[in-house]
Amino acid sequence: MIRLLSQRLLAALPTLLLSAIAVFAMIRLIPGDPAALMLGDQADPASLADLRHLLGLDLSLPTQFMRWAERALHGNLGVSIRTGEPVLPLVIDRFWVSARIILIAVTVAAAIAIPAGMVAAWRQNGKLDISLVSMATVLLSIPSFWLGLMLLYVFGLKLGMLPVVGYVSFSENARAALLYIVLPLATLVLHEIGILIRMARSSTLDVLRMDYITHARAKGLSEATILRRHAFRNAFGPTWTLIGLMLGNLLGGIAVVETVFTIPGLGRLLVDSILGRDYPVIQGCLLVIAFVYVLINLVVDLLYPLFDPRVAEQ
Amino acid sequence: MKTIKLNAAIGASVTGLVVLAALVALVWTPYDPLSIGFTDRLAAPSWVHWLGTDEFGRDVLSRLMAAASTSLRISILTVMTAVLLGTIVGVAAGYVRGWTDRILMACNNALLAFPGILLALGLLSIAGANERGIVVALGLAYAPSVARIVRGSVMSLREMDYVAASRIMGNSEFFIIRRHILPNCVAPLIVLATSMFGWAILAESALSFLGLGVPPPAPTWGNMLAASRPFIAHAFWLALFPGLCISLTLLSINLLGDALRDHLDPRMRGA
Repeated sequence: MIRLLSQRLLAALPTLLLSAIAVFAMIRLIPGDPAALMLGDQADPASLADLRHLLGLDLSLPTQFMRWAERALHGNLGVSIRTGEPVLPLVIDRFWVSARIILIAVTVAAAIAIPAGMVAAWRQNGKLDISLVSMATVLLSIPSFWLGLMLLYVFGLKLGMLPVVGYVSFSENARAALLYIVLPLATLVLHEIGILIRMARSSTLDVLRMDYITHARAKGLSEATILRRHAFRNAFGPTWTLIGLMLGNLLGGIAVVETVFTIPGLGRLLVDSILGRDYPVIQGCLLVIAFVYVLINLVVDLLYPLFDPRVAEQ
Repeated sequence: MKTIKLNAAIGASVTGLVVLAALVALVWTPYDPLSIGFTDRLAAPSWVHWLGTDEFGRDVLSRLMAAASTSLRISILTVMTAVLLGTIVGVAAGYVRGWTDRILMACNNALLAFPGILLALGLLSIAGANERGIVVALGLAYAPSVARIVRGSVMSLREMDYVAASRIMGNSEFFIIRRHILPNCVAPLIVLATSMFGWAILAESALSFLGLGVPPPAPTWGNMLAASRPFIAHAFWLALFPGLCISLTLLSINLLGDALRDHLDPRMRGA
């Protein structure tokens, strides 16, 4: 277990370093002078030179990177060009808004979709299987931003059951927060269910084809025991990995849902900073998302042996 | 087996319909998708405007058709970029092997380790939010998956006896790659390209929806949806039809992709 831990930690480091270099290099790849981009067309040469010096643009690239990385490691990611706010607290603040919604949505989706997918596989090509797979394929094909708009129209505007747009934090008013979060959550859950059902089903099918399942049947175990003890447990591994990838993907992908429901989350912050060319904030968002993504995958890898002890022994 | 054929037929015909609409839109739409009308603002669907008009009095059906050709053009270019780049990298890595392979694959795996949408958003903030920017950003974001698949096929193909035979016959390496290696990589690539086409359509709509795609007034399904938001209470059709277009297109591509995978890779049948 300790070997697995150190192995995975070591493997995660190059990815983090590469993403830091990529995020750093990003601002150099923008055509033109970053200082001129930040100050606009009417900047005078003196303030341009000042900003260049402040940003360290007059130093060599490796030195610039070291300086930037050192500051980043101390939690200093600079300040927003648009608002002057420090980047890291801003990004972390927004991150928690998105993270809470994503975590709840993926948990709920997994709780519904994984059993459904496994049952579909068990009843392969039966009526239940075909209807579950069809439903999953349809859900998978509906873009989350349109699903969100339609839910908003039906439940918010036509039936008037739920507030239409906006966000209330849980610390302010828990009841209102819950009401505001229902529609965004439902949107994400419905969308992720489609992907998860298909994944859980196909990995269960793979397991059901294994020799040890035939063996378990041959030795006369009841179907329920075979499924519970041999099939479902082993089928969970690939789905577990997918959940990790899904959590990371949603950090960027949630932007569209946050736009529909005007939630001040990380995705929306990233998009707004791209639109406003607020490069320090873009860098901060990308760095935080990359870091969290690597972290999630690390945790997923480390918990994997719980479902498949063979992984730890290798 | 029967459902697979039925799904493939539905997928193929809906995709065909979208392609047809996109092609027709290149030469003809019922109305000019950009012309602003002052009398017919936010008109509900009727015999005059089948799918209604938007807040500027523009015909929704015409805009949807024009948007279809924009979406398909961007997605096709994106897939072509990804396939071209990925194939070059994949063949180089899988055929040459050695250090070339190690370095190329290390970079490739680092790129694969990140969510595609994040990579695309990062690239988009460099390349700029327009049609070319989307194609470059999404193409680069999808290329690593192509490279991985191509490398895998090439690595097993280069050990084949007929490749050795061709080499003994004195054929050049380029000839071998073109004649013996590449044609055999096509089947898995088609399956991947079909899914990528779906991803590209979805990503393009999402980016347009966020305001990072093709800028208005040029219509795309995504920016039409984004523009519908303020009017959704009074003009429901503005939000309904673009979303239906995206969903039906994606659904048909998904059905087609599943059927293709079953057909080209029989081991996966039913999975």
